[in-house]
Amino acid sequence: MRPPGGHVRGALVIAIPLLLAPALAAGAAAAVGGRSAEVVHVRIEIHYSHFEPASFSVPVGRPVVIELRNDDPINHEWIVGDEATHARHANGTEPHHGERPTEVSVDALSTVTTTVTFSAPGTLRYVCHLPGHEAYGMVGIVTVTP
Amino acid sequence: MRRHSSAVPAAILAAAVALLTLAGPALACGGLIGPNGAVNLLRTTTFVGYHAGIEHYVTAFAFAGGGGRFGSITPLPGIPSSVERGGDWTLQRLVRETQPVPEAVALDARLAGSAAGGVQVLLQTRIDALDITVLKGGGDDVGAWAKAHGFRLPPDAPEVLDFYAERSPIFLAASFDADAAAARGQAIGDGTPIHVTIPTPNPWVPLRILGLGKADADRVEADVYLLTDAVPALLPAATGNGMTVAHAAPATDGLLSDLRSDKGMGWVPQGGWLTQLRIDAAPSELRYDLAVDASGQGTPSRVAAGLARPAGADGQAPLVPAGPFLLLVGSYVAGVAALVMRLGRGTVVGP
Repeated sequence: MRPPGGHVRGALVIAIPLLLAPALAAGAAAAVGGRSAEVVHVRIEIHYSHFEPASFSVPVGRPVVIELRNDDPINHEWIVGDEATHARHANGTEPHHGERPTEVSVDALSTVTTTVTFSAPGTLRYVCHLPGHEAYGMVGIVTVTP
Repeated sequence: MRRHSSAVPAAILAAAVALLTLAGPALACGGLIGPNGAVNLLRTTTFVGYHAGIEHYVTAFAFAGGGGRFGSITPLPGIPSSVERGGDWTLQRLVRETQPVPEAVALDARLAGSAAGGVQVLLQTRIDALDITVLKGGGDDVGAWAKAHGFRLPPDAPEVLDFYAERSPIFLAASFDADAAAARGQAIGDGTPIHVTIPTPNPWVPLRILGLGKADADRVEADVYLLTDAVPALLPAATGNGMTVAHAAPATDGLLSDLRSDKGMGWVPQGGWLTQLRIDAAPSELRYDLAVDASGQGTPSRVAAGLARPAGADGQAPLVPAGPFLLLVGSYVAGVAALVMRLGRGTVVGP
């Protein structure tokens, strides 16, 4: 098992769903709200159908470059958003993701990078919605700090 | 996003194969994956006979109707010398023998060193509507091969494939073509028995794989018949772990004679010990395989049972030494499970 990389990692976040769902501004590269435009890097490894780390924190309003490395010989996906987003994907039919930086397909044994700017503080889940994967534990939490 | 499949599988792995499939109506033994990704467990039956250093593994795939393809992947303890159509009544005869009793065994897993950098196809054959491929490779390699050939692997597959590959990198992938079965005039319930002959030092039966793709609420049910020359030593012991010994007694002359008269079963000895193991477990309980020591020394391998990792599992030493043990006999994969998957109708799964 590879050690999780990344500059930002894992503060354990209590999985209380999101009363404060932060808004997402995907792909933004500029600073938000006058904050620093310094890019934040996060590396998430997918191994045995689990995210590592399963939680991390990032500052609000800063572009977060997320590197998703899938070590498994099966496909996965990484979808971050509010519960409405997850509800939609849990019953959706899109075979592949990639147009929205917050919804990314990660093919078997591949690495994908996406950039997301979280524009409001709070907590959000990231989930793999392929059949059976969420129930198997492919869930993580990102905490967006003020 | 979810990708649902449409059909329901139709196969039975008499031998302990767990199926995950997606396609059609269901059927008899095996684990199935339904269109919503749920797994439905069905009882599987497998026969593993071990004699003269050769394991004979007999299982069956039954046609349950529906169309499309589904398949299974079964770990093997070694490279088979042959994969052929099995006899017609071996499994049924065993069930009849024990229908209306208890214990043990295991063996060693052997290994052959993993094929780094890709999967190696060792054997391909077609038996009725079944396409059979024997593969050698690491978990990732086999998983990638399966994916490329239309198998849809459940989320626990990467860990389970590694679990097996680090002990024995040999897998048997079976792809069942329900359309071809229908075209052949196979009726629902008709089974295609397969007989896998595997030289191996001791028998071994993959059990953990039976839980592949199953949810915690599911049950894994399987019957494993083990015929050995003498009373086998089994690991783990069949107590409190979802496994019980339902029958343990000298094999009757009538049974042996009947088995011997079936196709490809001339190897059955004049005497032997019949053990029937019944699996009824939650998938989370099935974290082990059945290791058998048929040598009479009473030392089934903890590695073969999945209770210890092979020495090379961390990238240092090799797994279980291929040599020493060997006496074994037969293991077999009884309800081994597999993963099946299917792709849309007409999609070719398998070689």
